[in-house]
Amino acid sequence: MSEVRVLVGTRKGAFVLTSDGNRRRWDINGPFFAGWEIYHIKGSKVDPNRIYASQCSGWFGQQIQRSNDGGKTWEPVGNQFVYDGVPGTHMWYDGTPHPWEFKRVWHLEPSLTDPDTVYAGVEDAALFRSTDGGTSWHELAGLRRHGTGSKWQPGAGGMGLHTILLDPSHPDRMFIAISAAGTFRTDDAGKTWRPINRGLHSQYIPDPNAEVGHCVHRIAMHPARPGVLYMQKHWDVMRSDDAGDLWHEVSGNLPTDFGFVIDVHAHEPETIYVVPIKSDSEHFVPDGKLRVYRSRTGGNDWEPLAKGLPERDCYVNVLRDAMAVDSLDSCGVYFGTTGGQVYASADAGDSWTAIVRDFPAVMSVEVQTLP
Amino acid sequence: MIRVVLPHHLRTLAHVGAEVLLDVEGVATQHLVLDALEARYPVLRGTIRDHVTRKRRPFVRFFACLEDVSHEPPDAPLPDAVASGAEPFYVIGAIAGG
Repeated sequence: MSEVRVLVGTRKGAFVLTSDGNRRRWDINGPFFAGWEIYHIKGSKVDPNRIYASQCSGWFGQQIQRSNDGGKTWEPVGNQFVYDGVPGTHMWYDGTPHPWEFKRVWHLEPSLTDPDTVYAGVEDAALFRSTDGGTSWHELAGLRRHGTGSKWQPGAGGMGLHTILLDPSHPDRMFIAISAAGTFRTDDAGKTWRPINRGLHSQYIPDPNAEVGHCVHRIAMHPARPGVLYMQKHWDVMRSDDAGDLWHEVSGNLPTDFGFVIDVHAHEPETIYVVPIKSDSEHFVPDGKLRVYRSRTGGNDWEPLAKGLPERDCYVNVLRDAMAVDSLDSCGVYFGTTGGQVYASADAGDSWTAIVRDFPAVMSVEVQTLP
Repeated sequence: MIRVVLPHHLRTLAHVGAEVLLDVEGVATQHLVLDALEARYPVLRGTIRDHVTRKRRPFVRFFACLEDVSHEPPDAPLPDAVASGAEPFYVIGAIAGG
């Protein structure tokens, strides 16, 4: 029988949750790296026992951890992230130039073909790659140097490169997203990049055609249709049908279109999930009710999914990397909250149960479906 | 031998106990002690000071003989009591408040 492994990064360590394909009983392992912030933890698709974790601390900086046995044991690998050449400046909060400074790794994206190749999205925003299992890291500097880098400005949470999507049908194509610069695409394996933000509108940007400056919170794709992208922007849920060349809004009947996560059903490319958050001033779910919203039409028409989720007195957030799906026949959906709960649905969101309720604040959730 | 006391998180990272003993050639300074520490435990590179500039990380402090020596020049000799091993060199995570 298949097995599901849920990788959870929290403010105070990492956890590995495992279950058989029924997804009713879970074994909880951890905390690993207790006391450290785990921004992201993700396994390789080609070698599921190879897992990478971003471990960091305001005191002691960045570590990258690697497991070769499915998360049972770990070893620290390379933690030196040096910007290529003279780093230059981006724009600071007050509009003045500010030097690029490495702070932490927000997101790790293992290659689709090689377990030793992994990408790292970092703050201050840049993309790094390792081809030796995380031992050494080299910047793909074409991203920062394509021309708009000096105009990028941090959002309130910092200027992080938080999303990396690898296109399975075009090995040289990759999408990334940065708060608060926007979304970018390369078609030549990271040598050159261009902004893909046409159609985005942000209240705080006076220029309605601004090429960069949009606070994109997360983008998602279905691997079978990599030209279709979904986006949870600061405000607005967006969709592109041409690999990001043009976006249009699909917020439809959502109660609020502010939020962080967005993800796609494993088998239905038009079925997508978001968790609406009240506003950019109040980062918790509306009306004290935790609800996932699902669209089976690729956006616009949304239905609330509440069965098994708190119906009152709930004031949690769901952060941008904290939702994932498994690929079992009945698609499992998982998300973690800032209140320390990890919820799972074994029926594509129709009903939910809490795997755990009292973890530290959850920063990331990833899922591996094992044979 | 120089005795170095590490904070909890660096002990677990380096898999060491409360105190680390190091041989330091010549006159013991912050830089030389940290060079020796990082050579013995490469996993600690980047955790106490920057990889490239070798500047102390902002929330890390160094204490010796009951004194905060964090702002002493990194190439200045450490107190004799530290150099002789009578007193340890402390690496401390700064109090964060709250």
